[in-house]
Amino acid sequence: MSALNIKKGSSAHSAYDLKNPNAEVIESHTLTVVVDNEAGVLARVIGLFSGRGYNIESLTVAEINEEYHTSRITIVTTGTPQVIEQIKAQLGRIIPVHSVNDLTVEGPYLERELALFKVSGSGEKRVEALRLADIFRANVVDSTLESFVFEMTGTSEKIDAFADLMRPLGLTETARTGVAAISRGNT
Amino acid sequence: MTRQMTGAKMILQALRDQGVDVIFGYPGGAVLPIYDEIFQQNDIRHILVRHEQAAIHAAEGYARSTGKPGVALVTSGPGATNAVTGLTDALMDSIPLVVLSGQVPTFMIGNDAFQEADTVGITRPCTKHNWLVRETSKLSEVIHQAFHVATSGRPGPVLIDVPKDVQFAEGDYIPPKKANTSRYAPQIKGDIDAITRLVELMEKAERPIFYTGGGVINSGPAASQLLRELADASGIPVTSTLMALGSYPASGKNWLGMLGMHGLYEANLAMHGCDLMVNIGARFDDRITGRVEDFSPNSKKAHIDIDPSSINKVIEVDIPIVGDIGHVLEDVLKIWKSRGRKTNKAGLKKWWAQIAEWRAVKCLAYEQTGNIIKPQHALERLQALTAKYDRYITTEVGQHQMWAAQFLEFDEPNRWMTSGGLGTMGYGHPASLGVQLAHPDALVINVSGEGSWLMNMQEMGTAVQYRLPAKQFILNNERLGMVRQWQELLHGERYSNTWQEALPDFVKLAEAFGAKGIRCEDPADLDDAIMEMINHEGPVIFDCLVEKHENCFPMIPSGAPHNEMLMGNADTQGVIGTSGAVLV
Repeated sequence: MSALNIKKGSSAHSAYDLKNPNAEVIESHTLTVVVDNEAGVLARVIGLFSGRGYNIESLTVAEINEEYHTSRITIVTTGTPQVIEQIKAQLGRIIPVHSVNDLTVEGPYLERELALFKVSGSGEKRVEALRLADIFRANVVDSTLESFVFEMTGTSEKIDAFADLMRPLGLTETARTGVAAISRGNT
Repeated sequence: MTRQMTGAKMILQALRDQGVDVIFGYPGGAVLPIYDEIFQQNDIRHILVRHEQAAIHAAEGYARSTGKPGVALVTSGPGATNAVTGLTDALMDSIPLVVLSGQVPTFMIGNDAFQEADTVGITRPCTKHNWLVRETSKLSEVIHQAFHVATSGRPGPVLIDVPKDVQFAEGDYIPPKKANTSRYAPQIKGDIDAITRLVELMEKAERPIFYTGGGVINSGPAASQLLRELADASGIPVTSTLMALGSYPASGKNWLGMLGMHGLYEANLAMHGCDLMVNIGARFDDRITGRVEDFSPNSKKAHIDIDPSSINKVIEVDIPIVGDIGHVLEDVLKIWKSRGRKTNKAGLKKWWAQIAEWRAVKCLAYEQTGNIIKPQHALERLQALTAKYDRYITTEVGQHQMWAAQFLEFDEPNRWMTSGGLGTMGYGHPASLGVQLAHPDALVINVSGEGSWLMNMQEMGTAVQYRLPAKQFILNNERLGMVRQWQELLHGERYSNTWQEALPDFVKLAEAFGAKGIRCEDPADLDDAIMEMINHEGPVIFDCLVEKHENCFPMIPSGAPHNEMLMGNADTQGVIGTSGAVLV
């Protein structure tokens, strides 16, 4: 059989970057999916994930092209390399899906999330919250004598870190948008 | 020039323009305008079934036996929910269907109106795609797109939900040629580099095998023809899944028989021992692979499939080829011929000698002794007595289905209709009616068990009303045999609820419907009884009383690899461990 030595993977056209399916390593991937903005399209995507038991860490969607009625969905998902490949192939099967891109595989990319934090308190804690917000470049978008609402844009990790700091200082409410992502460079 | 017409008329016009000659359906409040249009035309025949599930299965039988899409029409609410099993069945087995459902008027949607259900929501995961059409002006284009989606790429069922006000309102009719279907264009041609690498492997392989699946049949008769040419010219053995029986002729010299859980010993051992496996339009289903970790451990694997998500889903392969089977096989043949039609002759000779040894085991052997009919014997006689007819077979699900797959022989594609992926009891009877409609002069037989058959027995009414002479060949063991077999093997012979008391008298049941009933319980009478069934011009229920405790072998127990088959009624107690018992 050594004569039958062939290279793995199909061709330039193939999306299958073959990896060991038994590898138990769980990877996090950021996928962007361009879809027709029609009724039920989000349900198709979400139904695929729930029906086949895939994870959704974050999912955002909004129309990006009014003329062609297309929306862009950004999904952060986790799974073994084989599962990630399946997720992409299954997404590609949905009829209103135009394209599926795996930013994690395709090269450098940016991820941003917006978060709103309500922090209530007074005295030292209130001053400390404002000081930390300044360090993290969070904006104060609402204020009362006993509360702030901070607005912050950044990576999910940065937002997590800020939330951790705010918790002992009177964090009462959090709202996050989920991740929007785009590749770096001109393509 | 555009033509104005009502939505209901538009539906009939679009179906006509799509070449539809028959639809299966059941009327109701939300589809009355469409039924009114059906009444006023003669191009499209409507077959009134007795249950919406049967409409879908009949459309499946029609589709599978013709290669054309099947069409069904159901009303809103319960009409649509009754269609769900059939839609799921068609999705699992990649059968092209276009199902139209009525819906409450648009202004009532969401108000829990009478016979309202969220049909597109319910059918989203069990269709390839579905649409709720809210404007009559969009209806005709959606129908044309629906036919395109159902029949292109990996075929599947689609559903169009049409609110009643949309059926009444007028709009412009768009003919098929003007409909925009370009958005969905699956890859048809395989990658030539990958195909060339596959040919290189075929030239050198010592122990190659073609593992064929339903994709060969879905690709059309040309694909089956190309498979025959390639297998016969190269001398490579062919096995197939349940879905692909007939794609390579059972009388062909390279035929190994079906593989899988109840597949033939030689086919499964050849899969286990091969050094090159070429998967042609199959999907490494769990009935085929057994324990994945031990699946064909020493082979290079190529996988040809039109659906990219099938590849590397279960089994990692060395050469993935995305494309239509017919197109890819054509390229494989062309390249193999242009490189001088090379094969590893010495290797193949040894391989066939090995296969001959496995064949000599005679894994399907059974004993027909005494005065009780063995189910295998009944099927062997059915095969012998019907082989020369223009014959189509449907089945229900269970032991009889596996025996039919083992003992009936198919030399052409589209002759064998069975519920493979979903395993839907109640599929075969309505499917046989769909097949008979498509092939009015053919001999259509539904091989059934009494349990499955009772699930859609009401369709005898349809058979009699439309004079569809399909034969219902029931292997009656008064048991839910496959479940009973698993209880014997896995659950300490505790036969929980697998015995139906108070079965009907099938002969009287046939007569009550206005059909013919035949009962046979003596092996000596079997041939005459089968001939009587064949020669009767109308529908027949054939009640064949068979051995009640016969088990279906060979069997790969759940969670076992191909080379650990159970071969017969030797002590099978405790052979399936607890890890296998949790599997289905």
